[in-house]
Amino acid sequence: MRVAELDHPTDFDGWRRGARALRAAGVSPSQAVFRVAGEGAQGGLFDTAPSADFASVTAASEAGEGSPFTVPKAFVDLAQDVILHRSVDRFDLMYRLLWRLQDAPNLMRIVSDPDVADALDRAKNVSRASHKMKAFVRFRQVHDDRGEAWVAWFEPAHRVLERTAPFFQRRFTAMRWSILTPDGSAFWDTETLRFGPPATRDMAPAEDEIEEFWKTYYASTFNPARLKTRTMQGEMPRRYWKNLPEASLIPQLIAQSSQRTAEMVAAPAAVPNPRFAHAVAPDVAPAGQADDAVPDTLAEAASVIQGCRRCPLWRDATQAVAGQGPPEARLMIVGEQPGDQEDLAGRPFVGPAGNVLDQALAQAGIDRASVFLTNAVKHFKHEPQGKRRLHKTPNAGEVTACRWWLDHERRLVRPRVVLALGATAGSAVLGRKVTVTAERGQPIPLADGSIAVLTVHPAYLLRLPDEAARIAEQARFIEDLRRVAAMI
Amino acid sequence: MAQLDLRRKLSILADAAKYDASCASSGTSKRNSVGGKGIGSTEGMGICHAYTPDGRCVSLLKILLTNFCIYDCAYCINRVSSNVPRARFSVDEVVELTLNFYKRNYIEGLFLSSGIIRSGDYTMEQLVEVARRLRVDHNFRGYIHLKLIPEADPLLVEQAGLYADRLSANIELPRDEALHRLAPQKDAAVIKKAMADVRLKVEAAKPQKKDRARPPKFAPAGQSTQLIVGADGAPDAEILARSSSLYGGYGLRRVYYSAFSPIPDASATLPLSKPPLMREHRLYQADWLMRFYGFSAPEIGAATVGGMLDLAIDPKLAWALGRREQFPVDVNTGPREMLLRVPGLGVKSVNRILQVRRWKMLRLEDVARLCRGIDKVRPFIVALDWTPGGLTDAIDLRTRLAPAAAPEQLSLF
Ligand code: SF4
Repeated sequence: MRVAELDHPTDFDGWRRGARALRAAGVSPSQAVFRVAGEGAQGGLFDTAPSADFASVTAASEAGEGSPFTVPKAFVDLAQDVILHRSVDRFDLMYRLLWRLQDAPNLMRIVSDPDVADALDRAKNVSRASHKMKAFVRFRQVHDDRGEAWVAWFEPAHRVLERTAPFFQRRFTAMRWSILTPDGSAFWDTETLRFGPPATRDMAPAEDEIEEFWKTYYASTFNPARLKTRTMQGEMPRRYWKNLPEASLIPQLIAQSSQRTAEMVAAPAAVPNPRFAHAVAPDVAPAGQADDAVPDTLAEAASVIQGCRRCPLWRDATQAVAGQGPPEARLMIVGEQPGDQEDLAGRPFVGPAGNVLDQALAQAGIDRASVFLTNAVKHFKHEPQGKRRLHKTPNAGEVTACRWWLDHERRLVRPRVVLALGATAGSAVLGRKVTVTAERGQPIPLADGSIAVLTVHPAYLLRLPDEAARIAEQARFIEDLRRVAAMI
Repeated sequence: MAQLDLRRKLSILADAAKYDASCASSGTSKRNSVGGKGIGSTEGMGICHAYTPDGRCVSLLKILLTNFCIYDCAYCINRVSSNVPRARFSVDEVVELTLNFYKRNYIEGLFLSSGIIRSGDYTMEQLVEVARRLRVDHNFRGYIHLKLIPEADPLLVEQAGLYADRLSANIELPRDEALHRLAPQKDAAVIKKAMADVRLKVEAAKPQKKDRARPPKFAPAGQSTQLIVGADGAPDAEILARSSSLYGGYGLRRVYYSAFSPIPDASATLPLSKPPLMREHRLYQADWLMRFYGFSAPEIGAATVGGMLDLAIDPKLAWALGRREQFPVDVNTGPREMLLRVPGLGVKSVNRILQVRRWKMLRLEDVARLCRGIDKVRPFIVALDWTPGGLTDAIDLRTRLAPAAAPEQLSLF
């Protein structure tokens, strides 16, 4: 047996020195023992004085004897965590891993290996203990000659005080605080973080006046109809309860819960309170009353359309997107349907396709502000996919249903030219199936005396993968717009 | 009316706020109070400071500014026709309580909501003022979640987003028709528009190009919403479809599901029974599958019976039992997407499997060490020393894997 002695339970440097020396000396894990000075003296198992052996390995390592070796950073990080675990064999486990790394340099990556899994598991417990410390420390206020300060007594599951204190430093920088634990103490004076010796519970204040408020809050925020004590225990293990002021309420809250729930369930429905009857807000108009509204103005159309239920598309959309533009516009441009951005903003052509259209209009010499912009279908048809919404082309039934609104817009604006972008818009304007390629750019007379023109939808230009084809198509699109400009 | 003492107010206004499920404090930008005059920090992951016996965490001081309300929503304890005792905090009282609790490390911050008093705008102004005082006057760097009053002026939403980490507007009921029936003063369309507005503002606050100046942060922890389960007739499949449409439409961080619980002084319109907690749990699991496992709402819906999730087994297992032709998956060669669909394998386990298999072939015992329990996994995988044989297609597989009827909640005392 070779023994390496460490100064204190979290003496990582001591362990590293010892482990390095033992390994350099070829001491196998079964022959190596790590122990903390002053601990386990009553154990009797290794009570022979270790100093001679330890001195010899230390000397060997400091003299640089033995072959130099390196270990992956992942191992060093893990060892630093595991060493904070309260298990007595933590040093041995890490030495065993160090030993095995000679023959298996990738060992740390094989997280299914029993030793690696064991070490990872302990590291996880350590990090959980640190997390619980962040959660369950309860400061109490004290006053001294420098004013107010804050003191907490805490018993961490593992030795995580030094690891966790900087968290409190970042959070409570402007407060003077101390955290006392059985392993040691941490002190922050708003400038330096210091660590001191182990403390006892009576060194911390026993109460704080705000605690009563906290307990009041804790009791009131509990819903007795939803008792789930096992979940609570899993997340707030009982070992922490004795230092949590609110935990003293738990037995009573649980004991009363079934009765409180039964009373709520059994209580007859309440008689409405007359006291505030005068203060009731008016009901909002039920949606879906506007299916056959005949609007007299564009503003009225834009408002009643919000209640439209002529087809199911309203259900998953945010809002109906009515047409926008001057009521006396001579050109009306009809797109297919609002897209993702239009649906959110409630305005037509504000998304990517709208940008393409804007540029093309500018190049064709048409002022966007003079155009009435609208869509064949007023609600966004889409399918959710993860965090996005994929556009879906509206079907003939939806286009027919929504024509009601387009027709009213045409009646109220009376444009000279109606430019339809794409087949869906074309069919909505002409009331029949259309093929854009066949009828593109030709003036088509409409029953009300205006002229319809068909062209592609700007979204089509966006989707063309080939750069050259896109430039050519863009030019054709602008050409169509120029021809339209000449007609109005 | 006599001035209620502060503790009494706290108990009324915390009680009134407890039916809102959203209370997490995670996912915001990192900050601390180093070098500043105030207090507070956020480090990405929120911290739960306590758990109540209902198993839910206390992370934020979750209270209402007031439980006076001019609305009459049948599912809400604060509706105007309810006989509950009423109280109202002053703005300063909320600020002081928050700071006092925060300094003692009881909470991560504040979740502030309110009954509607006077008007939507007036109420929202008060909520914003609390946040402004905390942030500006007290330099508070902790977490703030404000409830949006959907009817309020978009300019108030703008301010709320500058001070708050997260904003939320509750859609409350999966069916718009039901919302109209149970909450006649609310309009689902207005709520959706408010969420759309938040999404646009969050996106506008994201830096577009590196060279441009960073726009001020807007609700860095995004927005969330809540659906009450079991108050209208919507089945689970419909609820999940609604969630998926909300996630896609408004970039929500979370949809919370709240099993409708009986409330004191309940309205005659609603069922009075114990809340469907298991149903709520299954919905959360299904929601998780949509957000992290690549499942779509219709896929999960296909594994339901009459639109309802199986209460005895989790939704992933239910899905896999219906799609056995896709199994077993070889843990040594199967693609990540398929491994993620194996019942009992979580994202972490799958990542570990992918890591380890670059260095060695996995045996069943290796897999067992990488996941929580191997029983559920075994019928659906192939490993170096394991094939499930006929087990995958066994007729009684569901019975074998369904946990024995869970014992009634045991008393602790
Ligand atoms: S798409 Fe058109 S017809 Fe269908 S609901 Fe919306 S406005 Fe009405």
